[in-house]
Amino acid sequence: MNRYILRRILQAIPLLLLISIAVFALMQFIPGGPLAVYADNPDVSAEDLERLREELGLDVPKYQQYLNWLGAILRGDWGLSLVSRRPALTEITERLPNTLYLSLTAFFIALCISIPIGIISAVKQYSWFDHVMTTIAFLGHSVPVFWFGLILIIVFNVTIKNPFTGGPLLPGGGMYTIGEAFSIEDRLLHLIMPASVLILNRLSAQVRYTRAGMLDVLHQDYVRTARAKGLNERRVVLRHAVKNGILPLVTLIGLEIPSLFNGALLTETVFSWPGMGRLFFTSIERADYSVMMGVFMMSATLVLLFGLLTDIVYAFLDPRIRFD
Amino acid sequence: MTTTTTTIGQIDWDARRGKQESMLVMTWRRFRRHKPAMMGLGIISIIILGCVCVPLIIGFDQYNLPLALRRQPPSLAHPFGTDELGRDLLMRIWVGGRVSLSIGVSAMLVSILLGTIVGSTAGFYGGWTDNVLMRFADFLLSIPHLFALLLAAQIVRTMNIPEISGGPLPIVLIIGVLSWMGTSRMVRGQFLALKVKEFIDAARVSGARNSRIMFRHILPNAVSPIIVSATLHIGNAIITESTLSFLGFGVQPPMPSWGNMLKTAQSQMTYAPWVAIFPGLMILLTVISINYIGDGLRDALDPRHVE
Repeated sequence: MNRYILRRILQAIPLLLLISIAVFALMQFIPGGPLAVYADNPDVSAEDLERLREELGLDVPKYQQYLNWLGAILRGDWGLSLVSRRPALTEITERLPNTLYLSLTAFFIALCISIPIGIISAVKQYSWFDHVMTTIAFLGHSVPVFWFGLILIIVFNVTIKNPFTGGPLLPGGGMYTIGEAFSIEDRLLHLIMPASVLILNRLSAQVRYTRAGMLDVLHQDYVRTARAKGLNERRVVLRHAVKNGILPLVTLIGLEIPSLFNGALLTETVFSWPGMGRLFFTSIERADYSVMMGVFMMSATLVLLFGLLTDIVYAFLDPRIRFD
Repeated sequence: MTTTTTTIGQIDWDARRGKQESMLVMTWRRFRRHKPAMMGLGIISIIILGCVCVPLIIGFDQYNLPLALRRQPPSLAHPFGTDELGRDLLMRIWVGGRVSLSIGVSAMLVSILLGTIVGSTAGFYGGWTDNVLMRFADFLLSIPHLFALLLAAQIVRTMNIPEISGGPLPIVLIIGVLSWMGTSRMVRGQFLALKVKEFIDAARVSGARNSRIMFRHILPNAVSPIIVSATLHIGNAIITESTLSFLGFGVQPPMPSWGNMLKTAQSQMTYAPWVAIFPGLMILLTVISINYIGDGLRDALDPRHVE
């Protein structure tokens, strides 16, 4: 097991290098390069530009530039944000917990909802419950994430008012009320809408996978054996079928980790949530390239890390998987 | 006077054509039984018809802005209301639908073409070709999709190529190039399963070249799942386009698309919520119809399907 984890980490390194090369190469297509901001400034003379080019290390060949950039990143120097003039790494690590707080909350709630729904849908296949749930899953799969967020804001922030205060029922954005002391209630109120968007986004695929996995298992011989032994249906489903039935869900979680960040970017943008996704969006909008590349590398690393975690969990759940 | 002669070995094309048609008829017969899919087909037909015909019949002037009529709530004259520049939202939805639907279909074509080529090459040749291509697909799958889309869109935007930047073409290419991986895996799986079958040996013995075996013998057998995946790709591409345009990285105004009509919606949600509601509802309606059609096709095209 340890050897497997080590091997996976070693395999992740070339992948990360490849991603860094791809991102670095793509950046070269941006016209004018990092000095483009000064190109039209009459106060910056041609000599100044030349001096800046040397100072920033842009006068050496491209591969050397890449190696310098890589070396700096490994030493923790991710460059300065062009907008806030603060280190890019600080900007990112400040936002990362907010993103994880939102996405992981939504992720676990979605799991807690979708597993029971998927199981009941499979056990009572073609019942009204199954039909309603598969329809909702279809809807969740077909709705643009950002638009669902807008609709929630229109309904719960603009239209429905809080009967006691007369203000909006739910806050329309942000992570907490600015200027107020920390309170759990305030935090939770701010969490409801963005988390709901992410939950619906996750739910549809998870319900379908759980349902399909359970349907598959419920027709297998060992389940029939359990029934033949005279166990009641509840025990058959919950003790025997579920363990194998939700394995496809674990695979799905592994596959969907990258899209966790997609969802985060959209919900954070719509709900002005101070997370990494929104940071990426604003950095790309304002051509803040060091922050942008930093977020890109950070999310790629996290995707690989979570992918590894999923595989380890899968190995614990499914003893048929061998590593060595 | 004409004489009909039948010689031995002559192919009876009429009979063959008849047989192929019956395959189509059979698919259609099964598809018709899938009620949500039939409903989806009906809705999509109405939407396409509206997008093609309504602007032609009524005429559409996107530069003449009736500013006095701005932000009118839905009424008889403007069933979906008007936007912040006084333009009729329903009319813009029909015109924007042309853009969104064409981008959806074109991006699907790009990604299905790429996915089929990569998948069939990897599956057919195997070995290191397979390894390199599939590792590359894994690599693209491990990057958050939207981050890569935005990065690519930003690069196109800053390159500022006249007539191209801000139009639909770069969006089509970006979406297509970043979404072929699922199809390629599926096609590869089909090729791996089919290339060891006897009829492939037979084709090889009769002297068929690799390309002929790939595209004449194996690919037609993999066409059903490709059609299903293509249908679902249209829906996904429409959502991706709307997302990019909503974030300001897709189709640029004045050309309307369902996504960029929502771009200004968030800032006026408190006093003109209809600007946000209707274009999104149109996306939802279109995509859910397409997805149900895909579902119906999956059932209708599955040879193991129990009648």
